[in-house]
Amino acid sequence: MNPALQGLLTIIVGVSGCLAYFYFSNQFLDKVLYPARGPNAGRNINRANQIRPWLFLFPALFALGLYLAYPVFATLWLSLTDRDQGGAFVGLANYRQMMSEPKFWEAMRNNMLWLIVVPAAATALGLLIAQLTDRIRWGSIAKSLVFMPMAISFVGASVIWKLIYDTRPADQDQIGVMNAVWLAFEGGVGSVLFLQVLPAIILLAFAAVVAWVGWLFVRPLLSSAHSQHWALMPLRLVVAGGALWLIWMSLSSLFDLATADIPYGQPQTWLTLPYWNSFFLMVVLIWIQTGFAMVILSAALRGVPEETIEAAIVDGANPLEIFFKIKVPQIMGTIVVVWTTITLVVLKVFDIVLAMTNGQWETQVLANYMYDKLFRSFDWGVGSASAMVIMLLVLPILIWNVRNVRKEMR
Amino acid sequence: MDNIAGRKSALNWVVQISVVLLVAAWLFPTVGLFVSSFRTADQISTSGWWSALSKQERQVPAIRVAGEEELRDGRYVIEGELFPVTDATVGAWGTSSREPNAYEAGAVVDLGDGVTLTVSETGRFELSGPESFAGERLPRIFSLAETPPEFTFENYRNVLFSSTAASGVGQSFINTLTVAIPATIIPILIAAFAAYALAWMEFPGRALLVAAVVGLLVVPLQLALIPLLQLHNAVGIGKGYLGVWLAHTGFGLPLAIYLLRNYMVGLPRDIIENAKVDGATDFQVFTKIVLPLSFPALASFAIFQFLWTWNDLLVALVFLGTDDETLVLTGRLVNLLGSRGGQWEILATSAFVSIAVPVAVFFLMQRFLVRGLLAGSVK
Repeated sequence: MNPALQGLLTIIVGVSGCLAYFYFSNQFLDKVLYPARGPNAGRNINRANQIRPWLFLFPALFALGLYLAYPVFATLWLSLTDRDQGGAFVGLANYRQMMSEPKFWEAMRNNMLWLIVVPAAATALGLLIAQLTDRIRWGSIAKSLVFMPMAISFVGASVIWKLIYDTRPADQDQIGVMNAVWLAFEGGVGSVLFLQVLPAIILLAFAAVVAWVGWLFVRPLLSSAHSQHWALMPLRLVVAGGALWLIWMSLSSLFDLATADIPYGQPQTWLTLPYWNSFFLMVVLIWIQTGFAMVILSAALRGVPEETIEAAIVDGANPLEIFFKIKVPQIMGTIVVVWTTITLVVLKVFDIVLAMTNGQWETQVLANYMYDKLFRSFDWGVGSASAMVIMLLVLPILIWNVRNVRKEMR
Repeated sequence: MDNIAGRKSALNWVVQISVVLLVAAWLFPTVGLFVSSFRTADQISTSGWWSALSKQERQVPAIRVAGEEELRDGRYVIEGELFPVTDATVGAWGTSSREPNAYEAGAVVDLGDGVTLTVSETGRFELSGPESFAGERLPRIFSLAETPPEFTFENYRNVLFSSTAASGVGQSFINTLTVAIPATIIPILIAAFAAYALAWMEFPGRALLVAAVVGLLVVPLQLALIPLLQLHNAVGIGKGYLGVWLAHTGFGLPLAIYLLRNYMVGLPRDIIENAKVDGATDFQVFTKIVLPLSFPALASFAIFQFLWTWNDLLVALVFLGTDDETLVLTGRLVNLLGSRGGQWEILATSAFVSIAVPVAVFFLMQRFLVRGLLAGSVK
């Protein structure tokens, strides 16, 4: 059958089947099983109303259970078995094998970089654009243009950015913007200013911000007042550790930057430069996700009560102070939501890496590593093990979300 | 006060300019692809898209003079065209690789021994000498070809309708549509009923179920691939459209239920209770009151799901397969990136074909999309 026809038929069957199910199951409940007449009418109505929610819920619960809940456990089981031995239980052998692969650690390291850089950059840029477009007349047009990449597939975005990173041999005109701009630098004062001094300042600023955030998290540990929650201890330690690592990273790249011998005048194949190429891939995701952050944060900024801002203006606060001391603290909850949502996207990022480098040149990430294992080397054990690692990374966010919703429901 | 007002307008200008720059930066990549998709293969590969509107200059490799020799006014003459097919004009030319652009168009150059060579602006060359050139090594002409900017729909015709060049982007377009539409419509009704139950029906375990839906919202679908593929094979669905539709339905449900429930909870209690007092059953309340009132939320979810299914790569690769007849647009693009990485006229056009539909949906339905986003991000 023609697939399009099959699609049409599926829509008709699916929709009418759903309607028929809901209609007839309700009819069955009310007319046959517990009819609202006869001697037990009252009791029957009560019983029918106890069962009805489950009639409404059944198809959704069934699909959720089968397509999302069951696979979690099935994957857990697969990760503990070996397909070549007919699915025999092998304990943690798959995990051990995975841990011994350098490619896995490369993926982990890159994923951690992605997890830090992309949510931070997308949220910060989104906040910046949301604030800037808030008061100008054509702000909504500007916002919808920045928001537009959200509609573009990761693969489409990869093609778009691959054109930007394109490289031609040195004797031809460059058709990629990156190389065209790069070749404009010839090693003069301007080049040093732009390519060494400016990045150095940015790196220093970044290290300072990280140090400040880390200090905010660590300070309560050092203070004698033990009012904070004990469960936050590990979080604080993790953040502190991460901050130290980031500071070390930025300072060491500062050193690299100062001593680097920059190859002026030679077109670069950007996507094969180890370490840097991961950042070029991240740019694609930041480009897509900034719009999302902007939309949500823009709504949150609108929700900040006018009085608080007016009070600050009366007290003589300048625009920067209003933004950082009045607005940002009030929308902190939303910022956290945006941050975690983008974190979830980053954890599953797969298409961009597959389309642009396919994990070569040290750009591997977990999701693509898993795809490699599952569908290229058909190693279901290790593939499932790496899927469980992704699940493990998602788990804190899952628990956090569920706790919040439970709190809200009460 | 003047001082403050003045500062304000200066600040306003800074804000306006930085927004212009930011928007330009965000549009720049897409515009590049868009412009490229209308350029000819020649022009894409020889100049950046940002110079698409200016005259294209290209250094042409050496062309050796060739042609019929004829005797004219006592001189032997060979005439011919440098660019017989294109409408390029000659900016400059030369006869040695060291100085390929030594002479202007139209200049008559003495090559020694009374031999002269001239190249006109249109690319017509004329070599003449006092003796026959038969058996002699004829000179080479280096030239700088200038072509006017050229835009074409040829790429789109090629990619969409030609069976060979772009290998089935048109087919993939239909495949993607076939995946996306049922996968968008089917989950809506299932989710709407469940959302109604979670929002307006009292039963034990309701809060727990809502929490479970929120939990499932973030479960990475990577975990589901192998177990579900096994399941599909076991029940005989195998790889095919039915499998993709079911998978997308399952993966889309948590968001659908969550969005719709959040919206339905906000509906006025009075309407629903009045209807119940008047003797309406839950089924009637749902179909006659709640469903029509929830239209904005339904639209939000439909747009989300459509964008997600249209843009998805992983689910389609796994559940539909990588055969040529069933490959979706995103999968086709990945293949093209591998096999035709350098042919930007095909890549750019194919990418734009795949981007056009979601972007159009995005601009038409942005209101619903934003509303859905605001409701859908877990508070």
